[in-house]
Amino acid sequence: MSFIPGQPVTAVVQRIEIRKLRQGEHLILGFSIGGGIDQDPGQNPFSEDKSDKGIYVTRVTPEGPAEVAGLMMGDKVMQVNGWDMTMVTHDQARKRLTKKNEDVVRLLVASLLCNASPFVQTEFAI
Amino acid sequence: MDNESQYSGYSYKSSHSRNSRKHRDRRDRHRSKSRDGSSRGDKSVTIHAPGEPLLDTESTRGDDRVILPLPYHTSQHMLKEISPPLSLLQDDNWGETTTVQTGTSEHSVSNEDLTRVSKELEESSPLECRRFLGPGLGAVLGLFALVTPLAFLVLPQLLWREALEPCGTPCEGLYVSLAFKLLVLLISTWALFLRPPRATLPRFYVFRCLLLALVFLFVASYWLFYGVRVLEPRERDYRGIVGYAASLVDALLFIQYLALVLLEVRHLQPAFCLKVVRTTDGESRFYNVGHLSIQRAAVWVLDQYYSDFPVYNPALLNLPKSILSKKSSGFKVYTLGEENNTNNSTGQSRAMIAAAARRRDNSHNEYYYEEAEMDRRVRKRKARLVVAVEEAFTHIKRLQDDEPAASSPKHPREVMDPREAAQAIFAPMARAMQKYLRTTRQQPYHSMESIINHLQFCITHNMTPKAFLERYLSPGPTLQYQRENGMGRQWTLVSEEPVTSALSRGLVFSLRRLDFSLVVTVTPLPFLHLGEEFIDPKSHKFVMRLQSETSV
Repeated sequence: MSFIPGQPVTAVVQRIEIRKLRQGEHLILGFSIGGGIDQDPGQNPFSEDKSDKGIYVTRVTPEGPAEVAGLMMGDKVMQVNGWDMTMVTHDQARKRLTKKNEDVVRLLVASLLCNASPFVQTEFAI
Repeated sequence: MDNESQYSGYSYKSSHSRNSRKHRDRRDRHRSKSRDGSSRGDKSVTIHAPGEPLLDTESTRGDDRVILPLPYHTSQHMLKEISPPLSLLQDDNWGETTTVQTGTSEHSVSNEDLTRVSKELEESSPLECRRFLGPGLGAVLGLFALVTPLAFLVLPQLLWREALEPCGTPCEGLYVSLAFKLLVLLISTWALFLRPPRATLPRFYVFRCLLLALVFLFVASYWLFYGVRVLEPRERDYRGIVGYAASLVDALLFIQYLALVLLEVRHLQPAFCLKVVRTTDGESRFYNVGHLSIQRAAVWVLDQYYSDFPVYNPALLNLPKSILSKKSSGFKVYTLGEENNTNNSTGQSRAMIAAAARRRDNSHNEYYYEEAEMDRRVRKRKARLVVAVEEAFTHIKRLQDDEPAASSPKHPREVMDPREAAQAIFAPMARAMQKYLRTTRQQPYHSMESIINHLQFCITHNMTPKAFLERYLSPGPTLQYQRENGMGRQWTLVSEEPVTSALSRGLVFSLRRLDFSLVVTVTPLPFLHLGEEFIDPKSHKFVMRLQSETSV
């Protein structure tokens, strides 16, 4: 999320818990991510600030565990199970999400305002 | 006579063995001439009647060998055998049975007849001058051609001077140009053609013969014209005569240009790739040559062979006996009541081979361990040698000019010349050197004398111990081990095509020596389609990698 130093930032941050679904021998979450500090931030269609190198949700499979849990396309993933996702490479992000011994991932995501559910709104001042 | 080669122990012993020479003379062969170093030898001589003894009485080998000559075989020392290096101590049989090679028919002149004729021609001429016969002929012809224009000018002056028309400035101009052209002709002839020939070829060198014939034709026809039109009627137009002589010199210059192109320039552009493989140890090299005839290509390959190929060491070829002997440890074959023994032997041997193949064979294991052990041993000896040499080199140092020879009255230093210095430091390293050479089977190549000479050489030129050892740690090119003698090396060119034909795709010929040969395969170089692509220097731009999307 972009910010102007000194001005309050409005962001909608929510905690989403996704239960992994077993499909064959894989545990899947049902969404796709893009971004990372090793990727080109200018190509990210979901970020407001084109220099934001965070991890964004680019696609959510319909009827998947992520959609059921309330994840939306365009959300920025800030934390996964307590691990920070704002300064990671794309591959590190993927690894954090696809750990085989974890059944549940708890994400901290920040959404665009229009997509937020109305009762979870937080204001941060940075 | 190349039989004095140091490294091939077999040929050294065998060709100089007195016994075989005695037997040869006793058999009354025409081999004395070929023994003496002429470059051609007998091809096929006689068939022994069964009554004559076929074997040396002293030879320990019981079988006799039959050698069939190949077609188009311009051979030399054909009756020699290629015997394995294990026979160092045995007296060899000198090819007791030979077969007569028949030509194509009685009426045609086959290639063998040509070679026989040339061989007889060559045998009648003395020994080493054979090498200079061709160039000598060329030299005589060239000299004659050079003298001819001068003769054209001088003869009228001598014979009918008073009747000649006086010819002033134009003639003098022609004189000057004639003189300079002759000078250029002389210098370029010296530069191009007056070089000692490096090889004797089995057949005529086609281009050279062509050029000599051309020169002869030119000069002869000019003389003919001169004789008929100038000398006979006593031509009075001297300027015309001078012009005529100038035109001859021009023609000679053009012939020389032709010679330059044919002999020196045409084969410079590479067209074929030759693969040269040595039959005994598989050393191979690839060379690029241009359009040459087979014999010229052979000479070229041999030039490269002497400086590129590591020296052939027969002692390194054999697998250790312990490995090989196990294979032949035998099965005994019993025949149970067989009546016909004619085809028994093949049946027996086949059975034995099959049985041996089925048996579990561990010799590869032994080979592997033997090789590893050998490597270790060589490395250990090499380490000892290097350390010994390094230490030895620290004992001496070069005396600078301004240093006084005696540093102090108590310890006067003895001043030595390189030879003495070499001998002084050779002693501590001699043992390590000898052991190393023995392990790597190089001791026939390096005598103590040669090592001391090399040491002296290295000391004189301020070389380090590593530079001194370079000669012994890796087998050098064959040229390094040649002894200087004017005799030259005998090689036999074996080919199925006539040797004056040009190189072409898929041609194979081989160059044979006494105990090994080089097999040369010809492949043409591929035709290259070279395309063009223009890159604008401003077009080099880079971006970060595209966003990759991973589904989790």
